[in-house]
Amino acid sequence: MAAPVDGVGKPSAERSPFNSTSFQKKTRSKLISIPGTRPSVQNGQLLVSTGVTSLDYLLGGGLAVGTVLLIEEDRYDSYSRMILKYFLAEGVVCRHELFVAAAQDNPDDILQELPAPILDDVAIHKPVDQPRLSCEPQDSLDAMKIAWRYQNLPKVQSALASTSRFGHYYDVSKTMEPEIRQAAKCHHFYLPEHPTQSSTTHSPMIESYSALLKSLQEVIHREGFDIAASMPKSRNILRVGLQSLGSALWGDDLSCHDNPRHSHALTTFLYGLRALLRSSLAVAVVTVPSHLIQDRALMGSITRLCDNAIALESFKGSERETNPLYKDYHGLLHVHQVPHLNCLASQLPDHKDLAFKLKRKQFTIERLHLPPDLSETVSRVSRGELAGATMVASACGSGTSGTKHLDF
Amino acid sequence: MFTELNSILNSTPDSFTKGEFILVSDRQSDASFLIHHFLSFYLRAQCKVCFLGLGQSFSHYCAISQRLGVSLAQAKEKGQLIFLEGLKESLSILIPQEGHTENQAMDFLRDPTVGLRSLYKFVQSSLNSSSSGEDGTEEWGPSVLLVDDISVLLSLGVSARAVLDFSHYCKATVCSQLQGNMVMLVRCDGEDEGDDGDDEGSELLLRGLTHQCSLTLHVQGLPTGYCRDIHGQVEVCWRRRQGDGQHTQKKLFQYKVNDKGASFFARGTSSAVL
Repeated sequence: MAAPVDGVGKPSAERSPFNSTSFQKKTRSKLISIPGTRPSVQNGQLLVSTGVTSLDYLLGGGLAVGTVLLIEEDRYDSYSRMILKYFLAEGVVCRHELFVAAAQDNPDDILQELPAPILDDVAIHKPVDQPRLSCEPQDSLDAMKIAWRYQNLPKVQSALASTSRFGHYYDVSKTMEPEIRQAAKCHHFYLPEHPTQSSTTHSPMIESYSALLKSLQEVIHREGFDIAASMPKSRNILRVGLQSLGSALWGDDLSCHDNPRHSHALTTFLYGLRALLRSSLAVAVVTVPSHLIQDRALMGSITRLCDNAIALESFKGSERETNPLYKDYHGLLHVHQVPHLNCLASQLPDHKDLAFKLKRKQFTIERLHLPPDLSETVSRVSRGELAGATMVASACGSGTSGTKHLDF
Repeated sequence: MFTELNSILNSTPDSFTKGEFILVSDRQSDASFLIHHFLSFYLRAQCKVCFLGLGQSFSHYCAISQRLGVSLAQAKEKGQLIFLEGLKESLSILIPQEGHTENQAMDFLRDPTVGLRSLYKFVQSSLNSSSSGEDGTEEWGPSVLLVDDISVLLSLGVSARAVLDFSHYCKATVCSQLQGNMVMLVRCDGEDEGDDGDDEGSELLLRGLTHQCSLTLHVQGLPTGYCRDIHGQVEVCWRRRQGDGQHTQKKLFQYKVNDKGASFFARGTSSAVL
């Protein structure tokens, strides 16, 4: 289950540390509020926004803290990368901490390309912007004449409002300002910077994944994201973004061979990732190039080891791009798995035929609607042509051209 | 504990057949609600339960069992329930740390080719400790082993043959020797069972376990497609072995899972349809 809304504030001496995972039942105690999260209406789990509001709706309100979202990449990795950037940008805006791991691009480059939030009510953390104190009665220009009773009340601060909002909108044509981005704390894992030592164990996990898991655990312990840790400061969420796991650049031959040697490296890593996340206030988004993986059964076990799983199928480069039926959309989205943690029933989406569209200010996911065939002339001519052609072929000696729909 | 399922299986917490190996399997579905049913059923029957929770954390099972009316934390304290939390134990092996004592049960993570001997020893020691004659503590009923789910072992690199050996040893100990019951959940993926070249792991495991067991509950999606009100169908298959020879009896039900349990009904008689 998502992180306990109750137990975080309690000192850990009350409970034995081995029983505390992120999944605890909500009891009636003081609610602790971590900015950027909200409890689920279904079962009280703590949810964070993925950055895309329609994806939040599909996943049952948001991503539960302590779970993993698997995104099966589309062919050119454009939209899955976009969702990963939305996820990280949402973390920056909500002041969560970030952990980005990649083997191909430097995590710094990924962080520089984050989309800019649409800033109506996001409070930018500027150190010079102090709320003005109310002890300035000498300023006669500001003196209120009618509502003079409100003169001495402090000025309203808008910072509180932005942290209680769940899910923001982003403008993909602009990148996030450096000052907003640098306000958030980021941890990097760039694989070429970690030299792989040859391991002597026969563990199915390869060295790059072991190093990544170890580094993630270190960050969680050091920064106090453990549920069991009793940190006096306020709690925060760690957002973990792992890009293109299972690709050849991680040293995994899962996507290169039909019978890979390390066929269980990624699944063992995902098991360890689940174990880590269930016991900490963290949420992970993992992208996997599933179109390169030939073994469908292995893909099935990868999906089962992640809690949420969606697959993106973009129309770019396929014949569907020019198909008029799909002209409003950029691709299809398939929801493969929705978790049911701490409850028996899961909230599957109503419809299975979903399509997405990336607009400048919004990434929308909606039900695939075939537009009604309203244009009479277009459809009738096409049908008439077909009928006319067969008529000309079959009937001998009929001199009509066959373009007329009604032909006596 | 789902009352409708109890009547289908003709078992109550007071009287159920002993020495049974129940296999719960699913194909592109999720049959874990049946595991929660069996867990609460056997705890209510005052049996000693050994639960290998390999897929989820302990508090997940706690929260669901609370809704079904059983307290896992209490059962664990009394000694009725022995819970192996696979996720937690695995971390200390996957990320090796110095000076950290780990449970030997998950040792197969270190080298999956070795097999599941240490896991079997854990099961044996936890279920045999009751019969060593501890007076003063409460007497529990027959021992029960529950595994959720065994396909996780395949994903972690253990071969299907090693898993079949493990289940055979467990069956010999739990069902024959201790006259207890065993319930395992196995999950398959493929659309058809035809191609045995690709998916030799989980199909082989499913077939081998089906051969060993005495009762199977196979959960699948509806053959007509996705429906919000009917979550799928359950095929119950008995393989009786006593007395009048072996005869199999199959029954098919549709089910819907809700917050407090699951309801089972005959095909086509869902309340959403009628």
